[in-house]
Amino acid sequence: MGMTIAEKIIARAAGVDSVRAGDIHTVNLDRMMSNDGTTHLTVDMYYNKLKNPQIADVKKMVFIVDHNVPSDSAKTAGSQKKMRDFAREHGIDFWEGKGVCHQIMMEHYVCPGELIFGADSHTCTYGALGAFGTGVGCTDLLYGMVTGTSWVLVPETVRFHLAGRLPEGVYPRDLMLTIIGEIGANGVNYQVMEFDGEGAKTLSVNDRMVLCNLAVEAGAKTAIFEADEIALEYLRARGRKPKAVFHSDPDAIYAREYTFDLSKIVPVAAKPDFVDAVVPASEVCGVHIDEAFLGSCNNGRIDELRVGAAILKGRKVAEHVRFLVVPASREVYLQAMEEGLIQIFMESGAIVMNPNCSVCWGSCQGVIGENEVLISTGTRNFKGRAGHPSSKVYLGSAATVAASAVKGEICTADML
Amino acid sequence: MGKIFKFHNDLDTDQIIASQYLLLPTIDEMKVHTFESLDPEFPARVKPGDYVVGGENFGCGSSREQAPAVLKALGVQAVVAKSFARIFYRNAINIGLPVIVCKELPEAVQDGEEMELSLTEGIAKSGGREFPCTKLPEYMQQILNQGGLIASLNRRSDF
Repeated sequence: MGMTIAEKIIARAAGVDSVRAGDIHTVNLDRMMSNDGTTHLTVDMYYNKLKNPQIADVKKMVFIVDHNVPSDSAKTAGSQKKMRDFAREHGIDFWEGKGVCHQIMMEHYVCPGELIFGADSHTCTYGALGAFGTGVGCTDLLYGMVTGTSWVLVPETVRFHLAGRLPEGVYPRDLMLTIIGEIGANGVNYQVMEFDGEGAKTLSVNDRMVLCNLAVEAGAKTAIFEADEIALEYLRARGRKPKAVFHSDPDAIYAREYTFDLSKIVPVAAKPDFVDAVVPASEVCGVHIDEAFLGSCNNGRIDELRVGAAILKGRKVAEHVRFLVVPASREVYLQAMEEGLIQIFMESGAIVMNPNCSVCWGSCQGVIGENEVLISTGTRNFKGRAGHPSSKVYLGSAATVAASAVKGEICTADML
Repeated sequence: MGKIFKFHNDLDTDQIIASQYLLLPTIDEMKVHTFESLDPEFPARVKPGDYVVGGENFGCGSSREQAPAVLKALGVQAVVAKSFARIFYRNAINIGLPVIVCKELPEAVQDGEEMELSLTEGIAKSGGREFPCTKLPEYMQQILNQGGLIASLNRRSDF
């Protein structure tokens, strides 16, 4: 019986020849990532709940402070200190202020064929490099840290065949929001989204990250692309080698199959308060905005900053709008400086901030107030996600966000 | 018997506990903010033994384990929903909070009504009616029976 890429990764991690959807296996984890959203609780449990506190393999662990950076309060600082002290004491790789966790992981750690747990729902991003990354809570993370293992219920795989090429002015984010709008917020609950087809070959690793990152918004356990030459080139450029390069077998079993023609995708927006409330962006044009956000683990890389800067060049941010630009990592930030993008953003009146999760998670920078409206390249638009429970978040591409920041109301780039 | 607190489809974990409270030092400091955006009185009104009832895709969104943890800390007996998002589901089992799939009950009951639940029989009862629940896979039931994943780890002789 053939297997999908995801099944092959689980089989390798479980040390068995084959697995089937629905099986439960004990797996060896290749890596575990934890950020400041929950690590203070993990550390408390480590010291207070474990009979025999120990770390199976410290080299598998990565701690990243990225959610509230720099710290917004004394209590946050205390929680982050707990995490920082623990990492130093145990020799765990520790990153702080250098970028959003998934961007750091992709730049420095993730390899094809790996099984990675991250204490963050968007860990599914790592499928862009042919790895199986999935989000877990802090108890799972702790168990993995102590034992080096975990249990996995093998998920079914759903195949998304991508045909054609995205038109100019339409971005991978429009494509993924369109897919989520079509299949719904639990359209692939506990399943793997596997992307393939000729359309997949037109997408860079950056583009693939945009797709995989949002898979959890359709309920997926993870999303994955085959590690092809595009992925391997990304790895080579960073001096890394694959753990294993897997291909789905021709007779692998898929729970369902979808085809999306990339050439038919148009700019879209997700309306408040659900990521699957997706409409053509033209339907929400004219909505007054108070804030715009270009950043996040979904859409804060150099590609998106280039798109935003091209729109902002020679233009000004509308007077009543706060436009937050937040590069996803220090590497991205430095590249943007080198290319003159930061200069363009600053001259336009944008607020350029340090790499972090920022208003995408609504607890630190740029939180919005009562009845305010944000248009965002962030991951979610849940009720109150960006601040006050009565505030509203629209999701759109970097182009739509940048154009809206200029106009002061939602608009697409071609309307400027 | 416990009282039902009923919520909508696609209830995300940001609504259970908002981001701005996640870095507070302890679950006890967080729990007074449970469901703040939807029902600010919830932490005061919920009593140990009460139930949270949801629709489809309960607990979607963020992997924050604080979400099931604040419900457990407030004494919620179980969450019953038509379906659960996978990370919330797994987190709840791991911390020993029963999460029960029941297709019919959420439609049939109203907020504020009473219900009871037999985990061993897999039956929920409310308003004189019985509703069959989907039993947990044995592996997960064992974790729950042992009081959660860390309790089960502490029982092992090799750790």
